[in-house]
Amino acid sequence: MPEAQGPCPMDPGQMDAALKRLAVDLMARLQPEEEVVLLGIRSRGLPLAERLAILLRAATGAQVPVGSLDITLYRDDLTEMVGSPIVRPTEIPFTLKERTVVLVDDVLYTGRTVRAALDALLDHGRPHRVMLLVLADRSGRELPIQADLAGLRVEIPPGHRVAVKLKEIDGEDSVTVEAC
Amino acid sequence: MTAERYVFPHKHLLGIEPLSPQDITALLDQARAFEEVCERPSIKIVPALRKKLVVNLFFENSTRTRNSFEIAEKRLSAEIINFDADTSSLNKGETLIDTAMNLEAMHPDLIVMRHSAPGAHALLARHMKASIVNAGDGAHEHPTQALLDAYTLRKHFGKLEGLRVAIVGDIRNSRVVRSNLWLLTRMGAKVTLVGPPTLVPQEMKATWPSIDISHDFDAVIPKQDAIMMLRAQFERGTGAYIPGQGEYSRFFQLNPARMQRAKKDVVVLHPGPINRGLEITSEVADGPRNLILDQVTNGVPVRMAVLYLLSHPHGEQVP
Repeated sequence: MPEAQGPCPMDPGQMDAALKRLAVDLMARLQPEEEVVLLGIRSRGLPLAERLAILLRAATGAQVPVGSLDITLYRDDLTEMVGSPIVRPTEIPFTLKERTVVLVDDVLYTGRTVRAALDALLDHGRPHRVMLLVLADRSGRELPIQADLAGLRVEIPPGHRVAVKLKEIDGEDSVTVEAC
Repeated sequence: MTAERYVFPHKHLLGIEPLSPQDITALLDQARAFEEVCERPSIKIVPALRKKLVVNLFFENSTRTRNSFEIAEKRLSAEIINFDADTSSLNKGETLIDTAMNLEAMHPDLIVMRHSAPGAHALLARHMKASIVNAGDGAHEHPTQALLDAYTLRKHFGKLEGLRVAIVGDIRNSRVVRSNLWLLTRMGAKVTLVGPPTLVPQEMKATWPSIDISHDFDAVIPKQDAIMMLRAQFERGTGAYIPGQGEYSRFFQLNPARMQRAKKDVVVLHPGPINRGLEITSEVADGPRNLILDQVTNGVPVRMAVLYLLSHPHGEQVP
């Protein structure tokens, strides 16, 4: 796992390698009989989940279903925000029952997004188990939540953010650390 | 995760008239997200309005709209008080302002009101801190009905701009038509009002210059993408404006013979409740081209979107 080095801890090649490694690590964590689905947390978790599904298919030949989860309505600060966060549809075109759900997001920070995602997820069904996979796991947790799999673990001070850019949304792949 | 935010610039939804095309588009887009909540196979509730108090104040009869709002509120986890005008202190002579002041003491966040007096909502908005949602005021506006009509049309056709829509029947007494005229013309649809001269006030052309007015339903039908039938509102005096129900039906009823003249892919809407056999026959109301029950279904996510966007601090409070 690469250590954060300066302002640009992941270039496109490193991101590609990290995702391949995450796909391998994920397969190693699964039992042969487990039926796995990927749920990308909108917005950047979704393209990451789609890329992982392609990698998993290339490795195993199995088609892993991909859905998306919008956690906006489950945010614990929703009623205090000025202006309404834009809500986009959640799309889970398959059952969660008896499935192993891998939640996919770009950055794990305070843990509040993942808490909201778990609430949203459980409103859609009762999976067999839930795993959390993130591209970047940074310091600053406010809730007792941890990633099962992370492409990068970064210790960065408060007042900084991990910015993930993805080709599908931003036109380029990169992970940088920026001052807020 | 960073939340992209939209600041809905209105504190109240008093009508469609004050809304810009961007406001309307935002409401319809948000309704799409809430439709997903309504279609879930499991739990159809989200915590978006948790800890918010919504008061439903219905001073006029309503089944569809009131139930639709109440379902929308419950699906957003709001706390709800239903204020029943029949058993309220209004029967003891209390004024609307007094009622408002008493409600204000309960610190509601949103008030959904139906009232027979046009402008009653604007009066309430001046006396209360809560956001006011107009669920129908006399013959003035019924904004959530127009929004759900637009949502239904946009969902079916993929757009509103350029659609040709005929609104047919008791135009004079309809608050639905006024809200729809503001909305559809603002979003680029081409609207034709159809009805007997006594029920289609010519002065509506002054407010909405782009509309057409016709008294010949048969001539209008072949050009339309959508036909929106209105209920003949005899409780509001429609009977005084027409020679009789038989003659009204002869010229303005949507029936299988008239549907034969329409485009093959025309759709039929009606805000309900339907006078079966008067403005529309059962064959058409239950037929393959009708979107009438879709309108009812779509009312819930549309009202969820309205309540959601009004429940956050608004433009003037944005730092």
